[in-house]
Amino acid sequence: MNKPLRRIAVFCGILIMALLVRVNWVQFVQADELQSDDRNRRVAVERYAHPRGDIIVEGKAVTGSTETDGSDYQYKRTHKNGPVWAPVTGRASQAFGTSMLEGVYDEFLTGTDDRLFFNRTIDMLTGKPMEGGNVVTTLNAEAQRAAFEGLGDKKGAVAAIDPQTGAILALASTPSYDPSAIAGNSKEDEKKWVALNDDPDKPMLNRALRETYPPGSTFKVVTAAAALESGRYDIDKPSGIEDPYQLPQSTDTLSNYGSPPCDDATLKVALQYSCNATFAGISHELGNEKMIEVAEKFGYNTEHFVPIRSAESVYPEDNQPQNAQAGIGQASNRATPLQMAMVTAAIANDGKLMKPYMVDRLEGPRSVVEQTEPEELGQPLSATNAGKLQDMMENVVENGTGTNGRLDGVTVGGKTGTAQRGVDNSESPYAWFISYAMTDGGSPVAVAVVVEDSNAQRDEISGGGLAAPIAKDVMRAVLDGRS
Amino acid sequence: MSTNTTGGTSTVSAGGLPSRRNTELALLAFAVVIPVFAYANVGLAKNGSLPAGMVGYGLGLGLLAAVAHLLVRKFAPYADPLILPICTLLNGLGLVLIWRLDQEPRVEPLNAAPGQLMWSAVGVALFLAVLVFLKDHRILQRYTYISMAAAIVLLALPMFFPAVNGAKIWVTIPGVGSLQPGEFAKIIITVFFAGYLMVKRDALALASRRFLGIYLPRGRDLGPILAIWALSLLILVFETDLGTSLLFFGMFVVMLYVATERTSWILFGLLLSAAGAVFVASFNSHVASRVHNWLNPLETVNGNVTETAQVMYAFGSGGLFGSGLGEGYSRFIGGIAVKSDYILATVGEELGLTGMMAILLLYGLLIERGIRTALAARDPFGKLLAVGLSGAFAIQVFVVAGGVTALIPLTGMTMPFLAQGGSSVIANWALFAILLRISDTARRPAPAPAPSPDVEMTQVVRP
Repeated sequence: MNKPLRRIAVFCGILIMALLVRVNWVQFVQADELQSDDRNRRVAVERYAHPRGDIIVEGKAVTGSTETDGSDYQYKRTHKNGPVWAPVTGRASQAFGTSMLEGVYDEFLTGTDDRLFFNRTIDMLTGKPMEGGNVVTTLNAEAQRAAFEGLGDKKGAVAAIDPQTGAILALASTPSYDPSAIAGNSKEDEKKWVALNDDPDKPMLNRALRETYPPGSTFKVVTAAAALESGRYDIDKPSGIEDPYQLPQSTDTLSNYGSPPCDDATLKVALQYSCNATFAGISHELGNEKMIEVAEKFGYNTEHFVPIRSAESVYPEDNQPQNAQAGIGQASNRATPLQMAMVTAAIANDGKLMKPYMVDRLEGPRSVVEQTEPEELGQPLSATNAGKLQDMMENVVENGTGTNGRLDGVTVGGKTGTAQRGVDNSESPYAWFISYAMTDGGSPVAVAVVVEDSNAQRDEISGGGLAAPIAKDVMRAVLDGRS
Repeated sequence: MSTNTTGGTSTVSAGGLPSRRNTELALLAFAVVIPVFAYANVGLAKNGSLPAGMVGYGLGLGLLAAVAHLLVRKFAPYADPLILPICTLLNGLGLVLIWRLDQEPRVEPLNAAPGQLMWSAVGVALFLAVLVFLKDHRILQRYTYISMAAAIVLLALPMFFPAVNGAKIWVTIPGVGSLQPGEFAKIIITVFFAGYLMVKRDALALASRRFLGIYLPRGRDLGPILAIWALSLLILVFETDLGTSLLFFGMFVVMLYVATERTSWILFGLLLSAAGAVFVASFNSHVASRVHNWLNPLETVNGNVTETAQVMYAFGSGGLFGSGLGEGYSRFIGGIAVKSDYILATVGEELGLTGMMAILLLYGLLIERGIRTALAARDPFGKLLAVGLSGAFAIQVFVVAGGVTALIPLTGMTMPFLAQGGSSVIANWALFAILLRISDTARRPAPAPAPSPDVEMTQVVRP
């Protein structure tokens, strides 16, 4: 009987060997994959086991971490003035994921980013817990606060850029929310999360980057830039376009309320009175293709990563009457507030468009890991034409529709806009204002403000009335910070 | 029957082997000290201090080991020196692991370690009782057919009790607790197989026809194997207990092969088990779902991570060296089997690949010591019984560990000694008591030369 017994012994050995091979496979070969699987809860536990890196504005953190109890996740995100900074920071929630900078730099803030590998190794060797890096932004705290408080309980957004570098100075969106309230994974957080998602006003939508609006009359500066660049129009040369303007292939005519002197107006006068006839005519004369080309030079028809993704602003291919309408910021012309701030910044920076960015540098626990350098995106218009357009926009603020944007002792150029909504303008319009401030050393700030709708009366909604004061406060905050 | 011609070649020497009791004592010291250190480790990791019950636990385990050792010294002086220490070590580690999981507030059943400690003591008591009262394993041979009846009753009993977690393997006595009769049936049915095959092995081995180069058994000899096959299928169908049926059938094939030395029986066994597995997998939803989970271990169900996936994550997260005792998250597995069926996942996560390999090698060592006992045994009944018990233990270890690590579909069996569960720990202590008894008999110095040939004749063992 011993021969089969020995074989059975070998067989049992094979069984044990199979088990050994299997555990080696699972715990050695597959281990990395299993350890880092998103559905493996240990990943999240590890992620929240140490304080998260912070998002810094002007040397001060606008975020923080607090220790929780009764949860597997030891640390939870906190925010200082959460609603003010929510469009910048976004959320870092234990239960509901990340967004905005918290999302883009998630691994860096957590400390698992490859750029922090060296730090991690040192931490591991010295027995220190893992540490996340800090994200240092370009934002201006005062400008951001001015923007947020200016919007108040109105729905809208503000984007402010330093035209000379492209650094984003303010990025506000209202209504906002406090990311701290949904940072945990408790029942309370979940209730708040559901309420935020169900809110028809979409408080978690970053309107400055992710919502596109018809830019209305503010787009006329782009059309004016196209007109100047074409050489067929000039600042003080009569345009030869009649008011009212009959739309091509259509019986409809375009004009302005209150009959300003728009007939055969010069570009300067046309911008001062925001003449619909003149700019619709220019857009038609230059043609759809040319208009698209200029709009794209200003940053249209592409997504921007600042590094948060910004929605694509659209100047579409369209038929003649629609193209004429698009030239005054109506029809299918849609722009994000950031896009209009970029347009303003390019004009203020003598025609040079800088790539917008909001992260100055990434700081590891021991050293700066990455430094953003300003980058030129292109030159949508020549310096000469930019100078002419600046004259025109400054004239708008001095004598035209944008007088609410004036600042004492500083040259300001701007443009109002009141974009129509709904069939036959049945819904309350969007109030726009774009502007820049000019100093001897060039322009330090360009702003775009949009106010979606409000409880105010329709005739009071105009870019000059609702949006310009906000733009003024933001510019003032930036200028005060410089002196 | 000329018994000693096959059994007595190299493994039995007439000169009297060293008893190795001091080896056992030294190993036992490790088997007690290692779990005590593990216990301290858990306490330090979870609360930053040595656990309050550490001294008591250490003394308790030490006392059990000491008493067991002394009684083995007295009643089975030539028994295998490795079996008792390994069983003690595994049982002690199991207690630590269960106590460690008790530290998690939401892992059911709550506070299981004291109960398990009590069952372990009962198990050791039964182990000692077997050693003291079973003077010779051949006595069991008398109870061949009674064993069969008892085994069938034990196996059939759970059918009359409600299913627990999808498997009808429990006998629930209100107020007392629940019992898994299958664990005891495992031993009793081995006794039956050993007794039965000892009588029938010649008929099974010799009366066969040669066909295509292999020996085919006669139709009438196929009877018992088919009966066992049918019985295991019945268990599977009525009690939805994949593990137990695999265990019985596998064990029977192993013993049949050893008894007859005919490879053809293995072939039949494999064919029949394959047929049975396909039949059941296609008709039984419980088994089918286990197979599905096995093939898709990381799948989510309604967006939720399954227990199977959680177990895989636990193993993977353990990596090479593990998180350390008390520092893992095997509680994420959830459900009611964290301390029983899935206890290896805690080993894998907290002690790592290293710990898993060590534990598996301990089981391997235990199995090989059992088979070595079978090799050394001088009588065919002892051989069959020892190989049956070791084989059953091996299959159980393979089925459980393979199931938990998703090498094979998961079945509802528990890891011997490690897992929480009274029936299992008691039955396994009894199992190794019988093996110790056989090994004691086997390694005992051969009887003094007989004074006359006539007397020697009477010493030949007959059924």
